[in-house]
Amino acid sequence: MESVGSLIMYFIVALAMIVFSVMAVTTRKILRAATYLLFTLFAAAVVYFMLDYEFLGAVQIAVYAGGIVVLFVFAILLTSRPGDNTERLTSRSRVLGAIAAVAMLVVAGYALLSRCMAFVAKPEMQAPDMDAVGTALLGTGAGQYLLPFEAVSVLLLACIIGGVVIARKR
Amino acid sequence: MEITAVFYLVPALIMFCCGVYGFITRKNMIAMLISLELMLNAVDINFVVFNRFLYPEQMEGMFFTLFAIAIAAAETALAIAIIINIFRAAKNIDVRSLNEMKF
Repeated sequence: MESVGSLIMYFIVALAMIVFSVMAVTTRKILRAATYLLFTLFAAAVVYFMLDYEFLGAVQIAVYAGGIVVLFVFAILLTSRPGDNTERLTSRSRVLGAIAAVAMLVVAGYALLSRCMAFVAKPEMQAPDMDAVGTALLGTGAGQYLLPFEAVSVLLLACIIGGVVIARKR
Repeated sequence: MEITAVFYLVPALIMFCCGVYGFITRKNMIAMLISLELMLNAVDINFVVFNRFLYPEQMEGMFFTLFAIAIAAAETALAIAIIINIFRAAKNIDVRSLNEMKF
């Protein structure tokens, strides 16, 4: 049984997530789409906090809200004038997109809701503290992630070099 | 009323479908990238929710999401570099009008 406060919190977050993600794909001003994306990412971070993964929520805010959205805003300002409307959608592409999205929603939603009874309430969990996270990230045993960690560091280096090479002036 | 995993999975599903709709209907490349981010985030939420509700003593889903966030950041940076390069060459970033590979 959840407390009333956490129920209210949950409904605010779920509503924000749904409303802002719908607005992010339907608004005609691209800068606003980036702003609504930011709110959706914040809602996802709040979900991580509610599920007791504090480190993940902090990473979500730092990387997504702090890094990626800023990158988006700069790219938008470099490539289009603020205040421009994107051109109106043709009804054909809108119908196609709506069909794909609704088909996906119906199929996955049916699969999810028909097994609604199989899900139980949140089991008790000790929130993973920084000690556990750090040990798992830099260990080599089972369930530890040193190799992916190093692979991601090489990937980020390659991405930095690639970004510079692609975007530089010739 | 108890909050079960479905309560988190349904908003994530709606978010994913918004991403699909946006990816198909948008013409601006940055707007398509924004839709892509929505889809990625919905999948991340799914990983975390299944981890928390089914295997609370392990951290696999959390770490998968952590690495997915890092890779999404790398992918976005590269994609924006490509988009800016295309904008410099073709003066717009509308996917419908980019049908020449070599300028």
